[in-house]
Amino acid sequence: MQLAVLGGFVVAGMAPLLHHWFGARTPLVMALLPASLSAWLLGQWPAVASGEVLLLEWAWVPGLDITLTFLIDGLAWLFAMLITVIGALVLVYSGEYLRGHRDLPRFLVVITAFMMSMLGLVLADNLVTLFVFWELTSITSYLLIGFNHTDLAARKAALQGLFVTVGGGLALLAGFAMLAVAGDSWSLAELTRRGELLREHALYTPLLVCVLLGAFTKSAQFPFHFWLPNAMAAPTPVSAYLHSATMVKAGVYLLARLHPALGGTDGWVITLSLVGALTMATGAFLAIQHTNVKKLLAYSTVMALGTLTMLLGIGTEGALVAFVIFLLAHSLYKGALFMVAGILDHETGTKDVTAMGGLRRVMPITAAVAGVAALSLAGLPPLLGFVGKELMFASVLSVDAWRPLILLLAFTAAFLTLAVAAIVALRPFFGVPRETPRAPHEAPHAMLAGPALLAALSLSFGLAPGLLDPLVGATVAGIGAPGAEVHLALWHGVNLPLLLSLASLLLGLLAYRHWDRLRAWLARLEPLMARGPEAGYEALMAGMVSVAGWQTRMLQNGHIRNYLVVTLLVLVGLVGHALVFRHTLEFDFALAVYFHEAVVAGLMIAGAVAACVMRSRLAAVAALGIMGFSIALTFVLFSAPDLAITQLLVETLTVILLVLVLFRLPRFATLSTPIERLRDLAVASLTGGLITLLMLSVLSGERLPRISDYMTANSQPLGHGHNIVNVILVDFRALDTLGEMFVLALAAIGVYAMLRFHAEAYDARRQAPPPERDDG
Amino acid sequence: MVRSGTLILNAAARLLLPLQLLFSLFLLLRGHDEPGGGFIAGLVAAGAFALYLFARGRRALSEMLKVSPRDLVGMGLLLGVLATLPAWWVGEPFFTAQWWTIPVIDFKASTPLIFDIGVYLVVVGSVLTAITALVKTDDQEDDEH
Repeated sequence: MQLAVLGGFVVAGMAPLLHHWFGARTPLVMALLPASLSAWLLGQWPAVASGEVLLLEWAWVPGLDITLTFLIDGLAWLFAMLITVIGALVLVYSGEYLRGHRDLPRFLVVITAFMMSMLGLVLADNLVTLFVFWELTSITSYLLIGFNHTDLAARKAALQGLFVTVGGGLALLAGFAMLAVAGDSWSLAELTRRGELLREHALYTPLLVCVLLGAFTKSAQFPFHFWLPNAMAAPTPVSAYLHSATMVKAGVYLLARLHPALGGTDGWVITLSLVGALTMATGAFLAIQHTNVKKLLAYSTVMALGTLTMLLGIGTEGALVAFVIFLLAHSLYKGALFMVAGILDHETGTKDVTAMGGLRRVMPITAAVAGVAALSLAGLPPLLGFVGKELMFASVLSVDAWRPLILLLAFTAAFLTLAVAAIVALRPFFGVPRETPRAPHEAPHAMLAGPALLAALSLSFGLAPGLLDPLVGATVAGIGAPGAEVHLALWHGVNLPLLLSLASLLLGLLAYRHWDRLRAWLARLEPLMARGPEAGYEALMAGMVSVAGWQTRMLQNGHIRNYLVVTLLVLVGLVGHALVFRHTLEFDFALAVYFHEAVVAGLMIAGAVAACVMRSRLAAVAALGIMGFSIALTFVLFSAPDLAITQLLVETLTVILLVLVLFRLPRFATLSTPIERLRDLAVASLTGGLITLLMLSVLSGERLPRISDYMTANSQPLGHGHNIVNVILVDFRALDTLGEMFVLALAAIGVYAMLRFHAEAYDARRQAPPPERDDG
Repeated sequence: MVRSGTLILNAAARLLLPLQLLFSLFLLLRGHDEPGGGFIAGLVAAGAFALYLFARGRRALSEMLKVSPRDLVGMGLLLGVLATLPAWWVGEPFFTAQWWTIPVIDFKASTPLIFDIGVYLVVVGSVLTAITALVKTDDQEDDEH
């Protein structure tokens, strides 16, 4: 399975090549990947259904306890299944939606990479692995939201989504570190068994806060909900996939996964149920103010995510069952509805529901699919959404703390969602046909297949919810209610949840009837809305930019000697502190200097002094060269040929670079005052003196066991090489070298970018009327 | 400011370049047992290209290289990352060195060698990126005089 997921990234990278071979059919070909993965998952079903927890062991960095082990239980299975099945459908759909689009290969690369990241996220057993996949989903979704990168709004929305989710990701990383410390394991399978230990631990509160921040930002919980509707700038297949079925559910998945480990405390219950309920109501309330069909659906997704969080907060066995049903129902109907929204947009050329009407005559199948999916969204029988809503109301009624408030919020959300469902399903398809920018036709089969299948599943699971009993049982076992007896039914008789459903139906229809008036009335709240959390985000970003500007002006003033003074003083401070207070200075070594060594040292000193006092730049460079070559000589004397060669080559290249730079510099001039030069002298002497002390101190006193002995002894047997330096670089310490390679690459890009921008600024100046020159 | 060099430099660069590149390859391949290795070899190659650049100009260099130095950096990083993967295949920890002997020529192929080639490309690419970028801005200013 790990190979399949890692290989999936390779397939993603190959999309342009596949596109070269298969042309417009590429999405169909690539859909085989998630389809075969879901077939494999289906094969695992008997084991998962029997309550077995599959651990696919795979080492990654055993020295740091990082594994690539996958954990497949009911919870992971359900999510993986949703990701692969809806993923395959979305790929098929996008082939039609983006037919002939210039950037189709790029789209396929990123969405497949996203799919694999998401799959890795829900299957990972190790916290570090989970986090890596978590961040990968943030990055790939950034690329997907900003897919239309020529559109400023899309770029802005992508950046906003990235900042919010990656900011939360940082908190999550801290939370995971604390979690691993508190639970003494990086493995989720272990941690979920150590709930007692974790909840008693002193770090419980801070780690809970950090983990919740990560999950809430990812799953667009209040007050971080604003990025999700903005992310609708993405192409519709992306919205259907990321912003309904998968990525935004990552946060909810994490909460569910950690529920057995962290759940059940007062902090958990109250935070999750209140934030969830608030998110529900906010999402539903904001939804009905919009006429853009994608925004309507996006806000109703916020509402659904709130519901899921709230149910996890309530945490009773009934609530967990409701959680699973609601999750499944939402993925099915929301995926379908987003795809329908894409069809409408694709066929009519507008996303505004008030601009459409009577489409049921030209698009009967789309209308039917939309109707079924919207019934599920509205929570009406006989759809799966109804089962979920009943269970949700039943769970809310069982809450102890804050019951009236949560019930009120949940009820408001329910009836407003019903209105949203009515708007999406009725407005475009019924009423008088309207003129739209494009003349609508029934959508092609490839676009209808996905939503039709999802809607059919909503309907059949709704009619026979008993089919889901084993799946729900296996899933809640993973969330912390093992051995739950699950018996789902469509009809529970007349009870309080049913009455609440009825009341919300009536109120919802009322809201739908008066939607236009309601919207006009709500528009008056605009000034209040402008002060919402999104304004806070904008202010925060503006603040960060201005702080960055301020500190850049402070620190990066363009004088290299100031940078050096700051850097060296910090070095002297830290090293000096450690040397003096943590370490007793003792000097005990045999000083035996040969004549030729003294000569080389003298050359070095002479070179350094000459470089400081020379009045010509070329002479100063030459003096520095003397120093460099003397250092190389030292390496030769102490038999380090690799270092000597490197030093010589670096000196040579320095000369080349200096030749290129020198003549661009202004005439040699003394820019600093005598006092400044005295200061520089003091800093330089201090640094030099300290390093000398450090070296002398290292040479004397009792020695730590020498690492080099190990390297010398094992270079040949383990590294198959006689050159120890090289074996260390490419084998023993290869990870460090890899890091340095990236640093080098970044430095090169930095130089290139700076000079390139300089050249562009220069060109721009040349386009402008030339400044007066006197030298010609 | 960097103009095509004198006749001697010009001829020397043309003759020296293949020799220097061969030498850098030699350093690269023997690096695991004798002084050398990807970093040093990369510096030698970068020096060779710099000489060619000084003798014949930026355009001649980029025509000869065919790829942009920045792409060399990217390829090097890719090789460096790829060298970490074979260990996974045989179920060993990430980045464990793998060795294969190619029978006929009795050559030790290994992931450290692939990794070292990656280092080589990154070094050549980075140095050339910096140098050509400096030369590029010079050329533009030259046009004006």
